[in-house]
Amino acid sequence: MKRNAIELDIRVPNQTRYLSLIGRIGEDIAKELDRYSGDRETLAYQINLVLTEAMVNAIKYGNPENREDSVHILINISDNELFIRIYDYGQGFDINEIPEPDFEGLDDRGRGIFLIKSLMDSVCYKRDLKGNVLEMMKQLH
Amino acid sequence: MNLTIEKIKDVVVLHIKEERLDAHNSGELKAEMQRLFEEGNKQLLIELKDVRFIDSSGLGALVSGFKNATTYQGDLKLSSLQPQVKSMFELTRLHRVFEIFPSTAEALER
Repeated sequence: MKRNAIELDIRVPNQTRYLSLIGRIGEDIAKELDRYSGDRETLAYQINLVLTEAMVNAIKYGNPENREDSVHILINISDNELFIRIYDYGQGFDINEIPEPDFEGLDDRGRGIFLIKSLMDSVCYKRDLKGNVLEMMKQLH
Repeated sequence: MNLTIEKIKDVVVLHIKEERLDAHNSGELKAEMQRLFEEGNKQLLIELKDVRFIDSSGLGALVSGFKNATTYQGDLKLSSLQPQVKSMFELTRLHRVFEIFPSTAEALER
């Protein structure tokens, strides 16, 4: 592992009550990034949010047959990049096919992936050996 | 969800006493707003002073409340948004939908 690199491998029960715990871990990570030159409070909020949104997706859609009772999250931070991977075991979806929210309409839903895409520098969702993985990357400079 | 409800003249003020409004607790807020409109209340004010974090589910619950207000010919306003929470309304353009007041006192003056 590179100097100053951080790797966190987290499993939490797939229940929404643990969203705040995961969000808090994200915020704490942002506050540790001494080298980040931007606003760390904003970065903390953003990491909290993308972790929350991604974990909600994994809880809601990623475990149709109750194969798993936990959500698996991997977080890697190097000098320049923050990588988050969240695994699920659902049917999967094509992230590029998800439309932007209808900004003129008033839908209760459909803003989660938009928020993730807006706040991260790259987002992809793909099939992995174990299931599906949502990969999100943010440049840290 | 921790919230207190206060009626000031014709306005029902919901003080949200949570640091987070997310997929874990936003369903309860949605149900509470629905109940208040069903009971005949017309004007709801949601005070978000203590809310430091909102996700898409929290935003969705407030949109649902806004639609209920329209259905019941009432209105739903928001007050005291923290800066990061306000930025989520801006990012999703919902600041154009809601009447947002800097403080509860200012919202009640209207």
